[in-house]
Amino acid sequence: MIMGLFNDWVVVVLMMIGLYIIIAHGNLIKKIVGLTIFQTSVFIFYISMAKIDGGTAPILVDGVTQYSNPLPHVLILTAIVVGIATTAVALALIVRIKEAYGTIEEEEIQEQDSQHKDSHKLNIHNSSEINRDKKEC
Amino acid sequence: MKRGELIESLINIVLLSLLVGIAIAIVCMKDLFAVVMLAGIYGLISASFFVVMDAVDVAFTEASVGAGISTLLMLVVITMTGRTEHPTRHKPLLAIFVVVVTGGLLIYGTFDMPYLGAIDAPIHTHVAPRYINESMQEVGVPNIVTAVLASYRAFDTFGEVVVIFTAGIGVLALLSVVRRRDEDSVIDSINDSMHEQHLILRIVSKMMIPFIMLFALYVQFHGDYGPGGGFQAGVIFASAIILYVLLFGLSTARKVINQTLIQLIAAFGVLFYGCVGLVSLLNGGNFFDYNVLSSDPIAGQHLGILLIEWGVGCTVASVMIIIFFNFAGRKEFQQRNGNLIDNISKKNKGI
Amino acid sequence: MIFDLDIIRELISALFLFMGSFLCISGGVGILRFPDFYTRMHAVGVTDTLAAAMILIGLMLQNPDGLVVIKLSLILLMTLFINPTASHALAKAAFHNGLMPLIEKNKKNNSLPDKKQESEKG
Repeated sequence: MIMGLFNDWVVVVLMMIGLYIIIAHGNLIKKIVGLTIFQTSVFIFYISMAKIDGGTAPILVDGVTQYSNPLPHVLILTAIVVGIATTAVALALIVRIKEAYGTIEEEEIQEQDSQHKDSHKLNIHNSSEINRDKKEC
Repeated sequence: MKRGELIESLINIVLLSLLVGIAIAIVCMKDLFAVVMLAGIYGLISASFFVVMDAVDVAFTEASVGAGISTLLMLVVITMTGRTEHPTRHKPLLAIFVVVVTGGLLIYGTFDMPYLGAIDAPIHTHVAPRYINESMQEVGVPNIVTAVLASYRAFDTFGEVVVIFTAGIGVLALLSVVRRRDEDSVIDSINDSMHEQHLILRIVSKMMIPFIMLFALYVQFHGDYGPGGGFQAGVIFASAIILYVLLFGLSTARKVINQTLIQLIAAFGVLFYGCVGLVSLLNGGNFFDYNVLSSDPIAGQHLGILLIEWGVGCTVASVMIIIFFNFAGRKEFQQRNGNLIDNISKKNKGI
Repeated sequence: MIFDLDIIRELISALFLFMGSFLCISGGVGILRFPDFYTRMHAVGVTDTLAAAMILIGLMLQNPDGLVVIKLSLILLMTLFINPTASHALAKAAFHNGLMPLIEKNKKNNSLPDKKQESEKG
């Protein structure tokens, strides 16, 4: 039983480590890495399910009858590439947050947000300053 | 046979334990550069794990994406955002509580799961036998993963390609800057200084880049017979161009690679993919039913798979290039306007 | 006669594979035991290139006819190009960022190696 379920347990542990990073760490890049770990744990879960004892990779060869299940492979193959694309969008958002707030720590961002209106106005002012600069060049 | 299985499960345990160890190290590290490097190693080891689990196509993708492109993107972002993580002020007790409870429940749930490698698990009894037994007659492609990806579930894959395309547009919308024309003399001076610094790297990679592109094309067109296909080929092709950007500078690369053309190719790939579906619709079949593309159903299937893999490859490659160019361009923009942004962040901190 | 050749081939292949694995392990031991960044890199860079070459040759001997040999020799060629270049880039980046090789006098200076590789890449 230990061998049979070992992969599932590792998946749960990895998933929880990823979740912990996302909840407990304030740095946005660290959160993205946590999300990546979480994501990979799901990939490992799917791929482990597809495994068959004595099976080979799902590429048809003469004289082999036992193949691993190809369907999870397809789902995960596309999920990996979609994952990097969405991660890139998240990273782009982080870059913009850094430009607008000057920090990527969650607590400091919330602090800045919760300060009263004056500073808020200044933030808007600042971002418009960047925009104006963009137009100039 | 028995000993082989023993060794296989040993490798399995070692790789998975390494993954857990790396993940724990990532939690503890404060230096974001080390975190990103560890994330790259994590991707590579999970790719090795996928090979052990017979998922060669997936391993291929994960090795090029998880260990390659994603590490690179995060490194670029770190150079813009700073590389140390500030310690959090509140205690993570609540987080630990949530994580332990959720994890405990999930582990309790695993006791109902079928064991690893069980032949009679429910997942193996529904559609998988059809794919494995019939795909050779119905699609005629030895690599079942490609057959399922490009033929049986082509509509699904179409959606995923659109998602990738949308992500490319998202990055463009967030990061693209209108830049002024680079002057040739400036480019030349940067180029010369880099040429002195990275002479060996430049020469070796200049020799390698054509082979990387050739390999990408091999992966693209060999995907029917071995591991590979449009997704992997696109990422590998993009990595060749990214290598060029890294070593020859962004402004030189902009002259070589026309950004507008790349954006057009990204859109073209998606449209091309969709058009294959439309053509089969017009020929009297279902959406993405390639049997009607040619008089011989098998030839039609081959043609359809070839065309849509081409569309996927175009879109993935150009979206990855767009993403990287925009991140690097943003960095350049920030360096040029460095003083301005510094001032802003100082003002913000002052308040 | 053919049987004999097969056995000899298997033996040579096993020898190559064994040597390759041994060199991999020795490179790993080198990372742990050597005092500073440059010596560690030397251990890994040198042994890994040879180890990879030996394992690839051993694998070629396992299946000497067919497409596999060509693919493996291409991989071998690529490793011989890329491994030394990667080591070069790493050492150069470390040196560029002011990490000095450990000489008898300044033994305390070896805690930085991992962090120093960055800025050149970024």
